[in-house]
Amino acid sequence: MLESFQIIISLLDSTIRIATPLIFCAMAGIFSERSGIIDIGLEGKMLLSAFVAATATFLTGSPIFGLFAAILVSCSASLIHGFACITNKGDQVISGLAINILASGLTITLGIALFSRGGQTPPLASEQRFMPIDFPFLDQLSFVPVFGELFVEVISGHNILVYLSVLAVFFTYYVIFKTRFGLRLRAVGEKPEAVDTAGISVIKMRYQSILIAGMLCGLAGAYLSIAHGAGFGREMSAGKGYIALAAMIFGKWNPIPTLFACLLFGFLEALGVRLEGVELIWIGEVPVQVMQALPYVLTVVLLAGFIGKARAPGAIGVPYSKEG
Amino acid sequence: MSDSNIIPKWLSVGVIPLMNLFLAFCVSGLFIFFIGENPFRAIFVMIKGAFYYPGAIGYTLYYTTNFIFTGLAVALAFHARLFNIGGEGQAYVGGLGVGLVCLIFDQHVVGFLVTILAILGSVIFGAIWGIIPGYLQAKRGSHIVITTIMFNFIAAALMVYLLVNVIIEPGQMSPETRDFASGVGLVQLHILAKYLGLEMAMSPLNLSFIVALTVSVGFWFLVWRTKFGYEVRSLGHSETAAIYAGIKVSSTIIIVMAISGGLAGLVAINELLGVHNKLLLGFTAGYGFTGIAVALMGRNHPVGIFLASLLFGALYQGGTELDFEFSSITREMVLLIQGLIILFSGALAYMLNPLVERIYIKYYGNYNNA
Repeated sequence: MLESFQIIISLLDSTIRIATPLIFCAMAGIFSERSGIIDIGLEGKMLLSAFVAATATFLTGSPIFGLFAAILVSCSASLIHGFACITNKGDQVISGLAINILASGLTITLGIALFSRGGQTPPLASEQRFMPIDFPFLDQLSFVPVFGELFVEVISGHNILVYLSVLAVFFTYYVIFKTRFGLRLRAVGEKPEAVDTAGISVIKMRYQSILIAGMLCGLAGAYLSIAHGAGFGREMSAGKGYIALAAMIFGKWNPIPTLFACLLFGFLEALGVRLEGVELIWIGEVPVQVMQALPYVLTVVLLAGFIGKARAPGAIGVPYSKEG
Repeated sequence: MSDSNIIPKWLSVGVIPLMNLFLAFCVSGLFIFFIGENPFRAIFVMIKGAFYYPGAIGYTLYYTTNFIFTGLAVALAFHARLFNIGGEGQAYVGGLGVGLVCLIFDQHVVGFLVTILAILGSVIFGAIWGIIPGYLQAKRGSHIVITTIMFNFIAAALMVYLLVNVIIEPGQMSPETRDFASGVGLVQLHILAKYLGLEMAMSPLNLSFIVALTVSVGFWFLVWRTKFGYEVRSLGHSETAAIYAGIKVSSTIIIVMAISGGLAGLVAINELLGVHNKLLLGFTAGYGFTGIAVALMGRNHPVGIFLASLLFGALYQGGTELDFEFSSITREMVLLIQGLIILFSGALAYMLNPLVERIYIKYYGNYNNA
């Protein structure tokens, strides 16, 4: 009993660690797609910013500086996306794909040119990273059964970006559903003509949305390389941007359900790692690949309308032009 | 997105795409310059690597073969205004078709027949991996871009599972099947040339290249000379019009995705039957994604796709040469160039149109208006 409780605690702990970049990226996706811009480029923006965060931190010694550099470069990628598909009315999927492939090539090429370590950045020292924060009163609380342990192991002891990701969810919820900006943003994604008629610039709204998305992806990238990890490695984002995209769809473009989708997908991955080589009663050994494929399978099933219907914003993927 | 109707076709189909390509190369050159190398020397090294050394052209054409298959796959879907990002997964699962046919039959059936069956296997398995997203798009309204992305990842997980746990050669560590029997496979062209008494440098170029050229002609015929091709293009222009014309939209979508997946699956014959002679992990190596760039550059026409495939074949082969000649730039540079080409030839394809139109009207406009 005690042992299985320990397992659950450690599973939840790794769930949160895995889910954090997904949460940032999925919220970025919500901002972008709610305004009508498909964002396949989450993956690439995360990868670019992970690289820049590690590089800038290594060069300056300050993770704060690395974080801002990451946000800056991620926003620049967003602006390229915007220039292609808002200003020039290009295809949003193609533009996002271009950013992903560009990010792969650019990070490896620049990494090799700068550090000659086969694409990796030099490892960062502890004081150059965002380290775990311990909450106060840990010692007193650890004696409380169940709740105490949950607090000490799962809630406390993460780096600042983990807590920031939770804030990002509430921020996204608040901005999109409780502010005038959010109302306009949703309207731009559903019926841009209506917003245009009301005298609000569709183009400006969409640029603002993808810039917020850029910032959030920057945070995700920084988490990978200067908080959770201690440096950048090739292809470090490893498809997380696409899982975040899946989580966003799974959460039906709503922040709170999307948060739970991210946690679910994070939990599946943590479970997959945990179950490797373990024989379960009745089932036998569950291949780790099943757990890896499950988020994608679930998303496909959901999209197909077999478990509820996921409906994308009405004007998604359509460039806006006044002439119609 | 559509071509301009102000400027003549030779400008919009010929000059503007070349200008976009030029821009992509200029930006790539800037990156090389910032890294501290000479971009012109890099181009020179790549051209030498792609065409000059013995066997280099063979390697280039071997890569070209893959890109023709995936380029055509993406292009056919584009004609129906479907975006098939799933070429990578379809090619991968196509490899499963090849592998299964060979592993099951190669001990019992004559090699030639096994090869034919294996080619069919690649097409059928690739097609299945295209049909499911096609069906979900046509009947359940799931966005094909998302489902094909998801299917790439599902394919990757499936193949790792099968190769590590099920069809791995017993008693060895690396996740690949046993070698196919010796009579199975597509002969490499340098061996064929030797039989014919010709001298040809060694390279992995094999009969798949001929298959690719044949399929390209078939693609042209299918899209521009058959009723089905007409239906596909009508659907691509306007779904509403297609419905009014009595075209069955959902079955057309499913068939397009089946053929598209089958075309992508053919990558497996070049890689597995032509070169590796076994099924192995990750043999698709991003060719499916490059197919998107190829289709965009080639404007979804087989001739354009051939030229774009040749360019990418040269980039891939020339890119390997970068590793030897430079210390600070590597073959990953090609990924960067590829990303820029997708950006400029795809997403920004019409950026230059207003500029070219303005220049054209300034010099020739009076004739047209008169």
